[in-house]
Amino acid sequence: MPKELRIENLHVRIAGTDTEILKGLTLRIRQGEIHALMGPNGAGKSTLGAAIMGHPNYEVTEGILEWDGKNLLEMKTDERARAGLFLAFQYPIELPGVTLFNFLRSSYNAIHPPAEGQKPIGAVMFHKMVLDALQLLDMDPSFSQRYLNDGFSGGEKKRCEVMQMQILKPQMAILDETDSGLDIDALKIVANGVNRLRGDNFGALVITHYQRLLDYLTPDFVHVLMNGRIVLSGDRELALELEKRGYDWVREVVEAKGVPA
Amino acid sequence: MSETHDRELLEGLDTYKYGFYDTAEPVFKTEKGLNEDVVRMISAKKNEPQWMLEFRLNAYREFISKPMPNWGSPLLQEVNFDDIYYYIKPTDRQGDTWEDVPSYIKETFDKLGIPEAEKTMLAGIGAQYDSEVVYHNLKEQWEKLGVTFLDMDSGLREYPQIVREYFGTVVPPSDNKFAALNSAVWSGGSFVYVPKGVKVEIPLQAYFRINAKNAGQFERTLIIAEEGSFVHYVEGCTAPMYSSDSLHSAVVEIIVKANARVRYTTIQNWSYNVFNLVTKRSVVYRNGTMEWVDGNLGSKLTMKYPAVYLLEPGAHGEILSLAFAGPNQHQDAGAKVLHFAPHTTSNIVSKSIAKGGGRASYRGLVKAGPNSKHSKSFTRCDALLIDDRSQSDTYPVMDIEENQIEIGHEATVSKVSSEQIFYLQSRGLSESEAEAMIIAGFIEPIAKELPMEYALELNRLIQLQMSGSVG
Ligand SMILES: Nc1ncnc2c1ncn2[C@@H]1O[C@H](COP(=O)(O)OP(=O)(O)OP(=O)(O)O)[C@@H](O)[C@H]1O
Ligand SMILES: [Mg+2]
Repeated sequence: MPKELRIENLHVRIAGTDTEILKGLTLRIRQGEIHALMGPNGAGKSTLGAAIMGHPNYEVTEGILEWDGKNLLEMKTDERARAGLFLAFQYPIELPGVTLFNFLRSSYNAIHPPAEGQKPIGAVMFHKMVLDALQLLDMDPSFSQRYLNDGFSGGEKKRCEVMQMQILKPQMAILDETDSGLDIDALKIVANGVNRLRGDNFGALVITHYQRLLDYLTPDFVHVLMNGRIVLSGDRELALELEKRGYDWVREVVEAKGVPA
Repeated sequence: MSETHDRELLEGLDTYKYGFYDTAEPVFKTEKGLNEDVVRMISAKKNEPQWMLEFRLNAYREFISKPMPNWGSPLLQEVNFDDIYYYIKPTDRQGDTWEDVPSYIKETFDKLGIPEAEKTMLAGIGAQYDSEVVYHNLKEQWEKLGVTFLDMDSGLREYPQIVREYFGTVVPPSDNKFAALNSAVWSGGSFVYVPKGVKVEIPLQAYFRINAKNAGQFERTLIIAEEGSFVHYVEGCTAPMYSSDSLHSAVVEIIVKANARVRYTTIQNWSYNVFNLVTKRSVVYRNGTMEWVDGNLGSKLTMKYPAVYLLEPGAHGEILSLAFAGPNQHQDAGAKVLHFAPHTTSNIVSKSIAKGGGRASYRGLVKAGPNSKHSKSFTRCDALLIDDRSQSDTYPVMDIEENQIEIGHEATVSKVSSEQIFYLQSRGLSESEAEAMIIAGFIEPIAKELPMEYALELNRLIQLQMSGSVG
């Protein structure tokens, strides 16, 4: 059975303040599906990704957040990662002094621990995996020994997020504007990276501002986040429509439907 | 982390043979406290030449005439000179038993996967580690090259002329109270002599443990690198060294002749009862290079500022200092570079980490004396605070008496960022693993200069410290 990420009536505020960003958001994503999430700047898209991964700055005050029937709200961030969730960051952090290779190896061993009595994956095998993943993202092999995101260009950081995803093989991924800052070739390469993982055991929530990525990714669903909720959902066509008409059009549609937007 | 992982880390270390020996010699130690008779007795027990006795007595007078330093750390006032044994015949250090070793140290040994045989040696209890087999092979190689690597007492016996020529010339007893103390009561340490043009490929290191039996409270090391030679001396160990002695006060003197290069690497991890007050200094002649790589973990208080005196044009000094201060610890570490000739250069990198209320201080001196035109010195010191309770401070002193000098100094204090932790946790690492990884990155510029097995041990040790499972 495909696993499901279940988000229901989710209320999230900035920890330590009264500022509520998500105000009763509901969304279900099953493995095998790709959902695109769009919405104006500051709508709360990244907040949703952060809340799903358990960022301490975002406090869930109400609602349900479950993965595969497990209550994520009771799990630490690393436990969520080990349960198969992955977030490709809008702004990946830099970690000087730690090579991409060493970082990924620790991460891989944490998420895919060796079975009882087995050794962790050897350095040589792992090195090969890293080189393959780098090649897939059209990144130079030397990135393996560079410090994590340290001095990477904006586009390289984004590729690196998808490269990590290849290695870590999550069961459900949130990609937060992974397409921003990518040139047109890179866009295809990154989309290809996601498509490679596509299948019955992989689902994704792809946050983006541009329907162009969706040309290569072909999402099953497209949602619009405004005022702390999903206000409109549809298929690929919705993204094309949005591109043409902008978010004012969404507001009109939503008002016409009688839903406060 | 799994046990297999521990072993993997230590594989590199387990490449030598070892054994134990018992000693039937009677226990000899002086009474607690220090006076002239004690100094005379030490010298007599060792059958030293008259000049060394006089050197010791003179140093003893310096020691009593000097007040306790009023800088560094208030903890210094806790040192009680009357409550210390100043000489215990090294082979007779059998007072302690395995039961006396604090449990946190035993646990760390277990977690590091230190072999049984080595544990007792590291714990400093009686039985000694003897790697004669490996040592003998290497010793033959060194001897062919004319290199001498002995404990200091043997050095004095076998090479009295050389020792007399250099001993106490780099760090005179009058230098500071603790150097004076060491000069009066020294025992053990190493004597290294590298002849002209000889490059010693394999580091001379304490992992042959030949120094273990001499690792005393008042070690004295003298290294002489003749013109154009090279040697790397490695001292210490990342596993905690248990000592029931509360005061360790060593002196290291290094002479780097023209075009020679010496690297001296230390990793020390004393048990938390120890005051570690060490004077390390080198003098460097024309186009010579001295490199100190100095890592300090453990101890209650460490005060250590490896120094380089650049005496002739083209001399270069490099000091990499690393300090980790945990709960109830004060690491007062740093560096001193003194430019006394034109066209001399130096580089200082200090990295300190404080956690759990610990305090890490950087204390540095860069001096450009008269006649040091066209010299350059750069200092970078970075501090990383793991939590709000911990403390970091820097005391850089610059003393510039010459013009046309280029001096740079950069200092940063940072905290482990919650965004970094979140990112790493989102990749499956626990909070403590994430912190350990951030620290490993922070100290990388120094760790990469360490011999491989030391770097691995160091990272492992930091992981243990961050997981709160030791200390
Ligand atoms: N730590 C914080 N402190 C204060 N305000 C915050 C914090 N994090 C987010 N916000 C605010 O919450 C709102 C939602 O931010 P979020 O980053 O989720 O938007 P977004 O939809 O991802 O926007 P964009 O498309 O620009 O990436 C914004 O108004 C933002 O300023
Ligand atoms: Mg965003």
